Amino acid sequence: MLKRIALILTVCCPLAAFGSEGGHPPFWEQPSINVHDQASLQRGARLFANYCMGCHQAKYQRWMHVADDLGIPDDVLQDNLIWTTGPKGKKERVGTLMTNAMTDDYATQAFGKVPPDLTLVARYREPAWIYNYLRSFYIDESSKTGANNALLKGASMPDVLWSLQGWQRPKYEEGDGNGEKRIVGFDQVQKGSMTPEEYDRAVTDLVNFLAYVGEPAQLDRAAMGKWVILFLVVLLVLVYALKKEYWKDVH
Amino acid sequence: MGKLLTWVDDRFPLTRMMREHLTEYYAPKNFNFWYYFGSLALLVLVLQIVTGIFLTMQYQPSAEDAFASVQYIMRDVHWGWLIRYMHTTGASMFFIVVYLHMFRGLLYGSYKKPRELIWIFGMLIFLALMAEAFMGYLLPWGNMSFWGAQVIISLFSTIPWVGHGLAQWIRGDFVISGATLNRFFALHVIAMPLILLGLVVAHILALHEVGSNNPDGVEIKKKKNERGIPVDGIPFHPYYTVKDLVGVVVFMIVFFLIVFYAPTMHDLFLEAPNFQPADPLNTPAHIAPVWYFTPFYSILRSIPSIGGTAFPGVITMGLSIVLLFFLPWIDNGLVRSTRYRSGLHKALLLVFAVVFISLGYLGTQPPTPTLKTVAQTLTACYFAFFVGLFLVSRFEKTKPVPERVTH
Repeated sequence: MLKRIALILTVCCPLAAFGSEGGHPPFWEQPSINVHDQASLQRGARLFANYCMGCHQAKYQRWMHVADDLGIPDDVLQDNLIWTTGPKGKKERVGTLMTNAMTDDYATQAFGKVPPDLTLVARYREPAWIYNYLRSFYIDESSKTGANNALLKGASMPDVLWSLQGWQRPKYEEGDGNGEKRIVGFDQVQKGSMTPEEYDRAVTDLVNFLAYVGEPAQLDRAAMGKWVILFLVVLLVLVYALKKEYWKDVH
Repeated sequence: MGKLLTWVDDRFPLTRMMREHLTEYYAPKNFNFWYYFGSLALLVLVLQIVTGIFLTMQYQPSAEDAFASVQYIMRDVHWGWLIRYMHTTGASMFFIVVYLHMFRGLLYGSYKKPRELIWIFGMLIFLALMAEAFMGYLLPWGNMSFWGAQVIISLFSTIPWVGHGLAQWIRGDFVISGATLNRFFALHVIAMPLILLGLVVAHILALHEVGSNNPDGVEIKKKKNERGIPVDGIPFHPYYTVKDLVGVVVFMIVFFLIVFYAPTMHDLFLEAPNFQPADPLNTPAHIAPVWYFTPFYSILRSIPSIGGTAFPGVITMGLSIVLLFFLPWIDNGLVRSTRYRSGLHKALLLVFAVVFISLGYLGTQPPTPTLKTVAQTLTACYFAFFVGLFLVSRFEKTKPVPERVTH
C-alpha cells in the first residue's frame, strides 16, 4: 500500500508543478475576507448601495435577506439603503430584489455595455481580485472616463470611489526589453476623504459584502455542518457496534 | 401482521423476493473495503433522485429563467442551498463511487465468466450516467454549462457526412439555445433516470443470478453444505446490510463535509465561470468539462486533428470507453483475483490507475505543448494497458488459488 502511494505521488508531483499559475502583478495585495464580521458587512452594504448600485445590481438577492443576515432592522434598511420605486411610484420595500433604475438602453449609451450584475461577482472572480481592482484605478487622460485600471486595462467603469481614495498615478518599470512598461505601484497625487488605510478598510468591507452576497448560505453552512457531522459520528459509533455484534457469528 | 403478510404473499411474491435478494442471498463472507461502493452507488442514485425531485419544484427550464431560478433556490427557497449542494456534490460523488466500484471489478476479475453481463450492464450504467451528468450540467445555464455543452455537442459534428445534421438534431437548434435546455431538462429528469433505474435492476438481477465474486476470486457455490448453502456464504441481510451501513455513515461524513465546508471543492465540483449566466458572446478563458469527464477529454485533446477535423480524437475517445466493454474477453486469464495473478498484472493495474488519474488531472489544465506531450504519452499508456492485459493474461504465471475464501 505504501509503495502504491509513493508511486502515485512521484507520478503526480511533476504534473502538479506544471499547473502552477502565472502569479499576480506587483501591486497585488491580499485582503483579509471575513464574512462573519457583521459590522464590516453592514459598512460594505452601505458602500454598495451608495456607490455601486447606481449602475450595478445584485438582482438575484433580496434586501430582506440582507436585513436578516446583517442584523439591520427592516425600517432602517428601507430608509437608508433602498432607493428604487415600484411601478406605482411608491418606494420599494425590503421584500424586493436588489435592483436599480438604470435601463439597459441608457447603460449601453453611457458605458458601451450594461454594467455586470454583481450578485455573484465574488464567485466568478476571487474576492482578492475585486479588492485589488478597486484599489488600482489611476488617472489616464486618454480614457474617456479620465481613469484607467491597472488590473483590467481599458475598464469602461469610471473611478467611482475617487472621492474616498483620491487620485493616483501609476509608477512604471521597464519590462523585459520589449519596450512595454508595467505598473508596479501608485503615487497619490490628490487626497481623498479617506486616508489610504481607511480606504483599504472600506474596500475590504465592500468586498466582504460582495463575498457574502455571492453566497448568503455560507453564513449558516459551517454552523449547521458541525451538528450534522457530530450526529453522523455518533451514528457511526452505533452502527459500528451493531456490525461488530452481528459479525461475531461469522468470525 | 402474519395474516396480512399471507394475504400479500398470495397475491405478490413479497416474502419470496425478500428471501431471494436479501435474507437468503448468500454473499461471500470475505468482502473487503472495495465492496462498499456498490451499495454506495445505489445510495447516491437515491440521493440524486430525491434531491432532484425537490430541485425541479423550483427550477425553471428556460433560457430566460434557468439561471435566476437556481439563484432563487440558493437564496429564497428554505433549505434550497442544502438541496442543491447535495445534488451537485452527489453528481461528483457518484462518479468517485462508480470509478472505485469499476476498479474493484478490475482488481478481482469480477467481469470474468460467468459475470460478463453484470459488467456490460454496469458499463451501460456508466454510459447512461455520463449522459445524465452532461445534460444536468447544462441546466444551471451558467457560462460553463453553455460552453461545455457547445464543445461536447460539436464533437458529434466531426462525424463525416452526418455530423452537422446530427449535432443540430441533438441541439434542436443551430446553436445551444433554450430548445436545447428544454430537451436536456426532459432527458435529465425523466428519460435518463428511467434508463438508469432499469439498468440498475438488470445489473443487480444479473448479479443475484450468478452470485457475487470476492477478493479471492473463488466461486463460493462450489462448496456447499448439506442444506445447499455455500459454506463461505453469509446471508446478505443482516450481515452485509449492517456492514454496508457502516460504509454508508462513513460516506455520509465525507459527503456532508464537502456539502457544508467545501461545496465547490475548489472549482472542481462547481466551476467559477458557471456563476456567470450563459453568454454566447463571452467565451471562458479555458473551457474544460467537470473533473469526471477529464480523463476522456484528455484523450480527445491529445489526438491531433487530421485534415482539419477532430474526428480522430473523437474516435479515440470513443474507443477508450468502448474497450472497457470488452474487458471480459480481453482478459483471458483463468484466475480472477489479482491476489493470485502475476506481478506484471498487478503492475499493469497500478499503472492504469495512475494513468487514468493523471489524464484526469491534465484534462483540467489549459493545454501547453509540454502538457500535450505528457497527455499523448499517457493516452498511449491507457491503450497499452488493454494490449498488455491481453498478452499478460495469456502468458502470465499465476499462483495457486485456494479452495475456499481466505478470511
